[in-house]
Amino acid sequence: MNGFSDALIYLNDPFNWTRRDGILDLLGEHLGISAVAVLAAVVLAVPVGVLLGTTGRGAGPVVVLSNVSRAVPTLALLTLFAVSPIGFGNRATTIALAVFAIPPVLTNTFVGMRGVDPDVREAARAMGMGRRQVVLRAELPLAMPLVMTGIRTAAVQVVATAGLAALVGGGGLGRIVNLGFGQQNYGLVVAGAILVAGLALLTELLLVVLSWLVTPGPRRLPALVARNRPPSAVPEPTAAGVPL
Amino acid sequence: MLNADGGAVLAVDAAPNPWFDPSYVTENWDTILGHLGEHVRLTIAAVLLGAVIALPLALVARRSRWLSGTVLGLSTFVYAIPSLAMFAFLFPVTGLTSTTVLVGLVLYSLVILVRNFLAGLQAVPADVREAARGMGYGPLQLLVRVDLPLALPTFMAGLRIATVSTVALTTVGVLVGHGGLGQLIVGGFNANFYRAEIVTGTVGCVLLALAADVLLAGIERLLTPWRRVGAA
Repeated sequence: MNGFSDALIYLNDPFNWTRRDGILDLLGEHLGISAVAVLAAVVLAVPVGVLLGTTGRGAGPVVVLSNVSRAVPTLALLTLFAVSPIGFGNRATTIALAVFAIPPVLTNTFVGMRGVDPDVREAARAMGMGRRQVVLRAELPLAMPLVMTGIRTAAVQVVATAGLAALVGGGGLGRIVNLGFGQQNYGLVVAGAILVAGLALLTELLLVVLSWLVTPGPRRLPALVARNRPPSAVPEPTAAGVPL
Repeated sequence: MLNADGGAVLAVDAAPNPWFDPSYVTENWDTILGHLGEHVRLTIAAVLLGAVIALPLALVARRSRWLSGTVLGLSTFVYAIPSLAMFAFLFPVTGLTSTTVLVGLVLYSLVILVRNFLAGLQAVPADVREAARGMGYGPLQLLVRVDLPLALPTFMAGLRIATVSTVALTTVGVLVGHGGLGQLIVGGFNANFYRAEIVTGTVGCVLLALAADVLLAGIERLLTPWRRVGAA
């Protein structure tokens, strides 16, 4: 059972990529589900996080939500939505993934907004900015690195978890792994794993670049930022970092 | 029987399928306990093994910036590998056994723990270590009597995160047939969407995670009596 060489043979066959329900179709499905889920989570969670963070209210519920969400297995969430009246399929998967992407985005946005220096807030107000302007032009840009960390965490989680949907009747690249187990074709299992892992790592890289682009202020390459940071950096406190 | 008249009637429509069903729990108690036992065993083993490997790694990584950078970079990489892929990669090596799940879980908990251990050790004030050395502490004494007590809160925070996420992750082991309570979740889905079984597995996982978290918080309180004085 030499999985890896079989996997490479499978991945090297163009027909496996281009045929109907081949890798390209599944990849498109996977990305579509993930993109909709992350966008929905961002649209829902960022405004709430900004609102709660700027008023300073709701710290308790946000912390509880972020802690409890860590304890709920993603597989359970996917399964629960799949057996709900929504019915299994891509719609249930997308909703489950969006629900699951909300806590990291919300928590990080909240913490980012809370962490804005009160002096900056006061200075902005003294310059004649209205409440809205203070939030949009002073606080949000300063909170941007953490907001993007939240979105990155959520996006990587979603892309990774979307693979599990295949276990409960969903689509996406996980279907290849699931099919491999079903047919006892270990090359297929490993090929699917390579695709899912590669996609997750690519998402991580892409979002690191994206957050570098949208973060205001003097731009340093992400690699340089990491090098300049003192080594005693506390592990990201909010990343709700759960491997998936 | 269900499709006797040829209509496309699914069992899910025909039979009542409640979300909560106490009779499922009582009638399948032994099965549930069996899966719960496996879940607990895998979690404890994964977190303990992870901690045993993470501590020396963190101690070595603390010695230089290059090493700590490498360890952090590697851990970010491992972290980004989806569990589905991790178990699938391991499976050709270790097969359909709980070892596959255990190795994957150890890797993930190791990654969480090494970051927290390293952060805890690096946060020990240099003055304190200097003072301890000045008082004649050897390296071992310094570690046991200065570094570890001061880094303990961060260590325990890491252990709690690692434990809770390991409990959640174990369910993915269903891929190789050893997912603890995850077996109930996917088993229920495959048993014609049997909701009671799925909910039992889910609630069991969440309760187990919360119980483990409370237990570790209690242990932390016992181990750090000096922190209680200030808090109270």
